[in-house]
Amino acid sequence: MSAVIDDHGHAGHDHHHGPAKGLSRWLLTTNHKDIGSMYLWFSFCAFLLGGSFAMVIRAELFQPGLQIVQPEFFNQMTTMHGLVMVFGAVMPAFVGLANWMIPLMIGAPDMALPRMNNFSFWLLPAAFGLLVSTLFMEGGGPNFGWTFYAPLSTTYAPESVTFFIFAIHLMGISSIMGAINVVATVLNLRAPGMTLMKMPLFVWTWLITAFLLIAVMPVLAGVVTMMLMDIHFGTSFFSAAGGGDPVLFQHVFWFFGHPEVYIMILPAFGAVSSIIPAFSRKPLFGYTSMVYATGAIAFLSFIVWAHHMFVVGIPLVGELFFMYATMLIAVPTGVKVFNWVSTMWRGSLTFEAPMLFAVAFVILFSIGGFSGLMLAIAPADFQYHDTYFVVAHFHYVLVPGAIFGIFASAYYWLPKWTGHMYDETLAKLHFWLSFIGMNLAFFPMHFVGLAGMPRRIPDYNLQFADFNMVSSIGAFMFGATQLLFLFIVIKCIRGGEPAAAKPWDGAEGLEWSVPSPAPYHTFQVPPDMNDVHEHRKGTGGELTP
Amino acid sequence: MSRHPSVWMGLGLCLPFAAARADWEVNMTPGVTDVSQSIFDLHMTIFWICVVIGLLVFGVMIWSMYMHRRSTGQQPAHFHENTRVEVLWTVIPLLILIAMAVPATRTLIHIYDAEESDVDIQITGYQWKWHYKYLGEDVEFFSNLTTPREQINNEAPKDEHYLLEVDKPLVIPAGAKVRFLVTAADVIHSWWVPSLGVKKDAIPGFINEAWTRVEEPGLYRGQCTELCGKDHGFMPVVVEVKSPEDYAAWMAERKAEAAKLAELTSKEWTLEELVARGEQVYQTNCASCHQANGQGLPPMFPALDGSAVATGPLEGHIAIVVNGKPGTAMPAFGPQLSEVDIAAVVTYERNAWNNKLGDMVTPQNVLTFKQAEEATQ
Repeated sequence: MSAVIDDHGHAGHDHHHGPAKGLSRWLLTTNHKDIGSMYLWFSFCAFLLGGSFAMVIRAELFQPGLQIVQPEFFNQMTTMHGLVMVFGAVMPAFVGLANWMIPLMIGAPDMALPRMNNFSFWLLPAAFGLLVSTLFMEGGGPNFGWTFYAPLSTTYAPESVTFFIFAIHLMGISSIMGAINVVATVLNLRAPGMTLMKMPLFVWTWLITAFLLIAVMPVLAGVVTMMLMDIHFGTSFFSAAGGGDPVLFQHVFWFFGHPEVYIMILPAFGAVSSIIPAFSRKPLFGYTSMVYATGAIAFLSFIVWAHHMFVVGIPLVGELFFMYATMLIAVPTGVKVFNWVSTMWRGSLTFEAPMLFAVAFVILFSIGGFSGLMLAIAPADFQYHDTYFVVAHFHYVLVPGAIFGIFASAYYWLPKWTGHMYDETLAKLHFWLSFIGMNLAFFPMHFVGLAGMPRRIPDYNLQFADFNMVSSIGAFMFGATQLLFLFIVIKCIRGGEPAAAKPWDGAEGLEWSVPSPAPYHTFQVPPDMNDVHEHRKGTGGELTP
Repeated sequence: MSRHPSVWMGLGLCLPFAAARADWEVNMTPGVTDVSQSIFDLHMTIFWICVVIGLLVFGVMIWSMYMHRRSTGQQPAHFHENTRVEVLWTVIPLLILIAMAVPATRTLIHIYDAEESDVDIQITGYQWKWHYKYLGEDVEFFSNLTTPREQINNEAPKDEHYLLEVDKPLVIPAGAKVRFLVTAADVIHSWWVPSLGVKKDAIPGFINEAWTRVEEPGLYRGQCTELCGKDHGFMPVVVEVKSPEDYAAWMAERKAEAAKLAELTSKEWTLEELVARGEQVYQTNCASCHQANGQGLPPMFPALDGSAVATGPLEGHIAIVVNGKPGTAMPAFGPQLSEVDIAAVVTYERNAWNNKLGDMVTPQNVLTFKQAEEATQ
C-alpha cells in the first residue's frame, strides 16, 4: 500500500503533482476529488436555496389567512422548493459523494471519463441559473408543482415554462453523463481482485442507481419535450381538445418519477451500510442479501408508477396490479432494515455524529416506509392522496432518508477529505437540532393530512391551524440548524485535530488505506485485492489489504 | 378494529393536546358511508400492523443501542449472516402483506361498482369553482367559494367554516345511490369529500365515475385536491344531503328558478339594477384575478380599470367575456353565466372604478350577440 502513496514524490510524475492554481483549477479540473467537492458545495448551496423557499412556504402557513405571499407566488415557491431540492440538492450531493468515494473505494486512480465528469458538473450551474432566473421573469416562475402536471404546465403555464423545460434538459444530460461515468468506472476500473461481491455497498447501490438514471432520465427528457411541442409547435400530446391525453403525461412522468425516488435513496442505503458496521465494530449483516434487495427494489421501481395515480380513474385491474406491486416493495426494504438492526446487534457501539445520523436514518426512514405501505393500499389512498399525509410521507423518506444519509456520509468522510477531525460536540448539536426540528416539522403533517388538509394550498381552515404552527416552528428550527452545518464544515476545512488515515477504528475499506487528507492523486498503482475474501465467503467486510 | 378516531395516531406525544382541543385532530374521519367506514377500517388495520412491526424492530434496535454500547466494555460479535432468519424475515412480511391485500381488494371492488344508480350528477371542475349538472333534470349550477376576501386578508375574524363555504352546495338525496360523473373544463382538479370517502380526479376530456350513498342528512365539506393554479386552495366542495322529501322540494324550487331566469332576460333593466347585480357577479367570478379594485395582477391578470377593452366598443367587451381569451387564464364565460349575469357584469365593469362610461348592456344584447355568433358558425 505504501508504494502507491509514495508515487507522489517521484520526479517522473511532475506534471501530475497537484492541482492547478487559481480559478482554472476549478473550471478545467478533471480530478475526481475536485469535481466531487464542487458537486458537494453546489448541492449545499442548492439545499440552502431550496430550504429558503421552504421557509417562505412555512411562514405563509404559520397562520391561516394570507399574510406574507399571494397564492401565485406561493405556488412558485412549492414548485421551486421541490425542483431545487430534488435536482439541485439531493441528486448532486450523491454524485459528489460518488465522485469522491467510488474511485477511493475500488482502488481506481480517477473516474473513467474525467473530462465528461467536468462537463456534467458545469452543466448544473447553467441549468439552475436558468431555472432560478424564471422567478424574476414577467409572469413568474414555474407554478405548477414539481410534478408539473399538464395541462396546467402547458396550456395554462406562465411564459417561463420554456426556460424550465430547457433547465430540465440540462439537468438530465448532466445526470445521464454522471451515471455513465459511474457505470464505466465501477465496471472497468476496479483494482485487480476486487470482484463485484467485494465492492462496498455504497459502490453497489450507486451502480444500480446509475442504471436507474440511465433508464429514466431520457423519459423525463421525453415528457418535457412533449410539453415543449404542445406549447410551441402545435402538437396535442396532453391536450384533450386536440385528441391528446392529460393522463398520458402522468404515466410518462411517474415512469420517470418513481425510479427517481429510489435514485434519491439507494446511495444513502449504501453509505449507511458502511457507517453502521464501522460504529458497531462488526461486519455488515447479510451483505449478499443487501445486494439482492437493492436489485429487487430497483426492479420493482419500474412497475409501480401508477400508485401515484390511484385517483385518476385507472381501471380496477390496473389499481389492483399497482397496489400489489407497490406492497411488495416492503419486502426487500424490510430485509435492509432487518440487516442494519442485526449489524448493530451484539456489536460494540459508539455514537459519533455519522452513527447518530445513520441510526436516525434507519428509524425515521422506516417511519416513512410505514406511511408508504399505508399509501400503497389503494382504497385508503383515496383518502390520503394529495393531502399533507403524502407530504409527511415523502419528507420522512427524503429528509431523514436522503438528507440524513448525506449528513452521515459527510461526517464519516470529512476527515478523509480535509485531513482534520470535525468538531464532534457541534456535530452532535447539529444532529439533535436537526432531529428535533425535522420531526416537529413533518410529524404533525401526518395529522393534518389525515384530518383532511390538501397539499399545495396557501391557506387553510382553522381546524388545521395548531399543527401547522408547530410544523412551521419545527421547519424554522431545522432550516436555521443547517447554517451550523456550514460552520462545522468550514471549521473542519480550516483546521482541527489532524485525522489519521483511518480515523474510525471500526471502519473498513480501501479509502482508509490512503492518508488523510487524501492526496490529489491516489491509487496510480492499483492495490491488489486478490487475497481479500469476498463478503459472502465468511470473513465479512474486511477489505483493507 | 377501533371506530373511535382521533387519539390513536397521537403516539403519546399529542395525547394531552387531543384531549384539550378538538382542533388537534390527528386521524382520518370514519365518515358517514359504508365506503368511508371500510376505508377507515383498512387504514386502522394497516396502521396497527405498522405500529407492531415498528415497536418490534425499533425495540430490538434501541435495546441493542443501550446494551451493546462500547462503554459497557462490550466485545463485538463476528456473525454476519444467517440464512434461516433471512428467509424468515422475507417470508413473514410477505404473508402479512397478502393478509392485508385481501380486505383491500374487497373494498376496492366495492368502490368500483358504480352500477345501478338512482341519481346521476355530472361534476365539472373549473378554475376555480365546481359545476353540478343533474342529468335528466335540466338543473345545473356553479358552486363558488363564499368566504369573504376580508377574512382571507385577515381584515375580519374567520368563521368556523373558513374557506369551506359555498353559495350553492351540491344537494343529494339521503339513502339513494348517487353516481358522480367527474370531468373538468380547463386543468385537472380533484373532487374530494372525506366524510363520503370519495376522491376522484376531474380531468379535461375524461369522464371518471364515482358514487356514494349517504343515509344521514347533513352538510359534508371537502376541497379540491389537485393543484389547479392560483386559487387551488379556494375551491371547496360542499355536499348537502337532504331527506328524499326535502330533496324533491328543492329540485322543484330549482326548476322554478330556471324559469324565473328566463323572465329576467326579457325584463327591462335600469343601469343601476345592472350595476348592482354586476358587482355581485364580478366579486364571485372575476375578482380573484382582476381584483375587486379592478387593478388585476399584471402581467398574468390585466387591470380592467381604464383598460382598452372595458372602455372600448361594447361588442368587443361582450365578446371577450363570452368567449374568453384562448391561451390565457381568461375562460369563456358564455357557457358559465346567464345572459343576465353577463350583461350585468359587463355593465358593471364599464361603470365601476374610473370607467364611468355610463353606457349599459342589456341581457337582450347578450342574447343577440350569442345568436349572431351561433349563426356564423
